Amino acid sequence: MTDSPKRHHLWGRRDFLTAIGWTAIAGSLLAGTAAFGRLLFRRAPVEAPTLFRAGRPADYAPGTVSDRFLKTWRVFIVHEKGSLYAIFGKCTHLGCTPRWYSRESKFKCPCHGSGFDTAGVNFEGPAPRPLERARVWLDDAGDLWVDVGQRYERDRWSQPGAALVLAKERA
Amino acid sequence: MTRRPSLWRQFYNSVFRHRFDDTPRNRLLQITSNVFLHLHPATIRRHGLRLRYTWGMGGLSFLMFLVTVVTGVILMFYYRPTAAFAYIDMKNLQHEIPFGMIQRNMHRWGAHAMVILVWFHMLRVFLSGSYKAPREFNWGVGVILLTLTMLLSFTGYLLPWDQLARWAITVGTNMAAATPFLGHQGPGAGLTGVTERNDLRALLLGGPQVGDPAILRFYVLHCIFLPMIAAILMIVHFWRVRKDGGISGPPHVDEEPRPGRAPARSHGFRPKTED
Repeated sequence: MTDSPKRHHLWGRRDFLTAIGWTAIAGSLLAGTAAFGRLLFRRAPVEAPTLFRAGRPADYAPGTVSDRFLKTWRVFIVHEKGSLYAIFGKCTHLGCTPRWYSRESKFKCPCHGSGFDTAGVNFEGPAPRPLERARVWLDDAGDLWVDVGQRYERDRWSQPGAALVLAKERA
Repeated sequence: MTRRPSLWRQFYNSVFRHRFDDTPRNRLLQITSNVFLHLHPATIRRHGLRLRYTWGMGGLSFLMFLVTVVTGVILMFYYRPTAAFAYIDMKNLQHEIPFGMIQRNMHRWGAHAMVILVWFHMLRVFLSGSYKAPREFNWGVGVILLTLTMLLSFTGYLLPWDQLARWAITVGTNMAAATPFLGHQGPGAGLTGVTERNDLRALLLGGPQVGDPAILRFYVLHCIFLPMIAAILMIVHFWRVRKDGGISGPPHVDEEPRPGRAPARSHGFRPKTED
């Protein structure tokens, strides 16, 4: 029957089995690739804690920028014009950590030279936006808390968590 | 009565199936009967040997690849790809391990040289028009190999785990976050719905910033994944040079029919009518 020059069916048994075989191979390769792609993203991403206690507001003298929490929490604590805020030390250009130069009163990114003033507003270099601020608040005991997981861009700097207005100086 | 061949002769003949008298036939057999050399053409046109024509760039790129593979495997005996150990292991390789300094520096400079040589190879191929028919496919393979060379260079950049490494990869992966459709800061991110957690940057880093998962990923990519794909494509690349008619030549050389040889487009098969 197979030797007959006349094909009785559009699909012979061999065609059918061949198609199944190749479909199975292609399908398993595809499924394996997709599974590998999914494997590269974990179910429970490891995330560092974001909340820390930063001492008391009195620890930060007026008109200063402190980098004592830069290595551990990547924030600068700035006390300026009666308000206390935490600048997140991540350059808005490509994510390096800027340094504070007190003599020039500016943050400077070592990677591509972006400069930011004391408020974190960009004024030189390639950075497209001001530095973000982390949420700050006081607890009942009067301790200063910072959450680097909650951040404010400039359009939200007037919101309560973006800065701590120190009542004593405001008066 | 015939003498039995000696055991040595039998062993020798099991390895080499031809003699080594300097005859054209033996010269061909030396190439075609060797699994490594058979990727090469058995014969080559005279102009293909001229340094002024090829600059030797493809061969030198491959040499640099071999240098980095050998020295890289040697470095792997001491290097641990974790944030706690990577930097100190690199420093120990330089200052405490005998001959570690030269291994590391050969790897480093060989890698730099490979990047430069691959670019010059591409420039030569472009200038000599070697991407034209029938070699378009091999140009495409070459473009992928060029990309793989860049990726090998990029992934190797992180492994010393010094300040330059960490911030360079911070910058590089943040640029990946701006990839169209695949990066959460790129155009079209809204269409594909990628976020900071599942975009291309997260894929490369395995976490929110350059840390332990990133160094491990870059290590695996650098030592296994990318070299393996590059090696496979190199085999195709070299073999295809031969199948496309050998090293390209100026039009009058390339199109000139060689007596008793198949034209370039026939991929080495001789048309039946010639016999």
